[in-house]
Amino acid sequence: MASKVIHAFYDDDDVLMHAVKKVRAAKHHIEEVYCPFPVHGLDKAMGLAPTRLAITSFLYGCVGLVVAIVMMNYMMIEDWPQDIGGKPSFSFVENMPAFIPIMFELTVFFAAHLMVITFFLRSRLWPFKEAENPDVRTTDDHFAMEIEIHGNEQELRDLLLDTGAVEINITEK
Amino acid sequence: MASHYEAPIRKPLVLGDKSYHDVTVDIAAPIEGKANKSWWIAFSIALAAFIWGVGCIIYTISTGIGTWGLNKTIGWAWDITNFVWWVGIGHAGTLISAVLLLFRQKWRMAINRSAEAMTIFSVMQAGLFPLIHMGRPWLAYWVLPIPNQFGSLWVNFNSPLLWDVFAISTYLSVSLVFWWTGLLPDFAMIRDRAVKPFQKKIYSLLSFGWSGRAKDWQRFEEVHLVLAGLATPLVLSVHTIVSFDFATSIVPGWHTTIFPPYFVAGAIFSGFAMVNTLLIIMRKVSALEDYITVQHIELMNIVIMLTGSIVGCAYITELFIAWYSGVEYEQYAFLNRATGPYWWAYWAMMTCNVFSPQFMWFKKLRTSIMFSFFISIVVNIGMWFERFVIIATSLHRDYMPSAWTMFSPTYVDIGTFIGTIGFFFVLFLLYARTFPVIAQAEVKTIMKSSGEKYKKLRDAGKPLYQISTARPVIIEKGPITDDVLMGEEVPLKDDKVGLAELLDALGTFDPTKQEADNLQQIKGIGPQMEATLNQIGIFTFEQVARMTVKEYELLDAITESFPGRAQRDDWAGQARILNNKK
Repeated sequence: MASKVIHAFYDDDDVLMHAVKKVRAAKHHIEEVYCPFPVHGLDKAMGLAPTRLAITSFLYGCVGLVVAIVMMNYMMIEDWPQDIGGKPSFSFVENMPAFIPIMFELTVFFAAHLMVITFFLRSRLWPFKEAENPDVRTTDDHFAMEIEIHGNEQELRDLLLDTGAVEINITEK
Repeated sequence: MASHYEAPIRKPLVLGDKSYHDVTVDIAAPIEGKANKSWWIAFSIALAAFIWGVGCIIYTISTGIGTWGLNKTIGWAWDITNFVWWVGIGHAGTLISAVLLLFRQKWRMAINRSAEAMTIFSVMQAGLFPLIHMGRPWLAYWVLPIPNQFGSLWVNFNSPLLWDVFAISTYLSVSLVFWWTGLLPDFAMIRDRAVKPFQKKIYSLLSFGWSGRAKDWQRFEEVHLVLAGLATPLVLSVHTIVSFDFATSIVPGWHTTIFPPYFVAGAIFSGFAMVNTLLIIMRKVSALEDYITVQHIELMNIVIMLTGSIVGCAYITELFIAWYSGVEYEQYAFLNRATGPYWWAYWAMMTCNVFSPQFMWFKKLRTSIMFSFFISIVVNIGMWFERFVIIATSLHRDYMPSAWTMFSPTYVDIGTFIGTIGFFFVLFLLYARTFPVIAQAEVKTIMKSSGEKYKKLRDAGKPLYQISTARPVIIEKGPITDDVLMGEEVPLKDDKVGLAELLDALGTFDPTKQEADNLQQIKGIGPQMEATLNQIGIFTFEQVARMTVKEYELLDAITESFPGRAQRDDWAGQARILNNKK
């Protein structure tokens, strides 16, 4: 289904922030803002929920730690206990100090990689993915605010005209 | 915005009158331009060294480790020296990108990309040495805890060498994803500037379809912060575990409890020296002096001075503890280092690592580019000797004097080491030509706080931005028609309609009132192109300065020569500057 969207282009992050606040104050829903670099406070101004990636990373780290403990307990203590250098491997607790480095490494390994994979999947980033920014300038020095039009084209136009936009595009999406 | 405030006493990190677009152009320039002669010379030398190293490795593997200078007393020498040296160099990259991120040091942004690249490339070199030292590298997977044909025989998790396997592979892979996620927006920038279809395809593949949505940026920043938090203890753990390879043994000279912090400080020390070596050349070759400033070099020199002094303290502590322990074997190991047959290696280490960084107390010396480069090389050499001293001189005189011996490297030892240096530079030189070498998206975020342009505006009490009251251009685009898709609306060569449209936008040249400019002053315009432009009716800088993407495309279609050239060289920007100078 073809829907109409309005793209307002800005060439300064501060001007963009003012525009976002103004559009939000006028109770319009901002569909998206495409930026060439992170603008601090933009997510709050747009009303985006905070990201939970850090929490997932903590959980993945816990998984990594458990994997390391279970793995080393099985391999060194249960499956084939050996006496290496006069230090017998018959008790996990007593042998644990030697396992700490790998417990740490696997915690970091799981926390880092699984978080990044989650980020890629949630933000839909992978090789051969087509870029979806509306204009090539949005990776250079322009910011594009996208607002969907629901029969209020004139109203939106008037609102955006004096927000300092450098260009306003109205396109079928 | 108040968040852009930075104390006026802080020196600008981005010099010159740079706008956001200028940052894009400057950082894309080395990728979009052609390699010069010195790049090809450097690349050929590195490639030759690399091929020589490959030959030595093939000879080692096909014949055996006997081709090295090792003997029954000295079982570890150049191979492990090189391994530790390369791993250590890698540490600076993570330190710059992770630790300095946690400390909110803005100066890291100009150097983190290259420092991380250095990390990845040097850890790759490091990994080669244990691999070829195995003798049968095709059985390298035996170090992994996987079920195997020997019944339930598992790897030994008590062994520091196995800890190393986990530490180095975690380090390499986490550094790689840290580097790559940071690269996505910058690859997207290159992708969106690319004019040739092949480049566009490659960079859109590399950028994973990055679109720069507000939500993506929010996640991106969170991921970076968490990765920095994870990488900081990780980088400390890696060289700690490398030092365990020695410290958990009972060899006098290796059995030392200060090894972990001492190795980590040494790793940062050598890594910053290598970053200085690489970036002092790169800022010059790639014309990035406005981003990698003398201040950056000075700050790195201060880190070198600090970590070098920590290393110096560690050397002296070792000597003191050897004496204080009362263990005669321990005492002999250190006496032998300083006064035995390898005294020259010990004193080379002391001079390069403890003495030479002390020059950095003088501001004049640490802000001198030539001197910084010289010291960075000295430190690299010194840190190689440190590892050689620890490894070889601790082994060459063991408990049994009849087994005492010396180590002399064969040409295979030397060739393999030189080969890894070649491999490293092959990778780094390719990186410098194809990757955005500065994290431009991050640099743009500090422009308003630390860019010279905005700092001057702030000092003058002027606003950093103005909401323009000029009416914006409104463009209504209908659904994309077949005509556009089939390319039928593009003007053809020597198309009169296209010409008229182009001159409409640029303004016509009136020979009675105006004077023609020398358009060849613009980089990218040669005599032939100037003639073509004159033929069309473009004679002045003023006209060229009015060109935008639309006009560039029209021009390309009309002239059919050098497509994309004008946009890449930013003719309009150049013409604007030249016009102002007139």
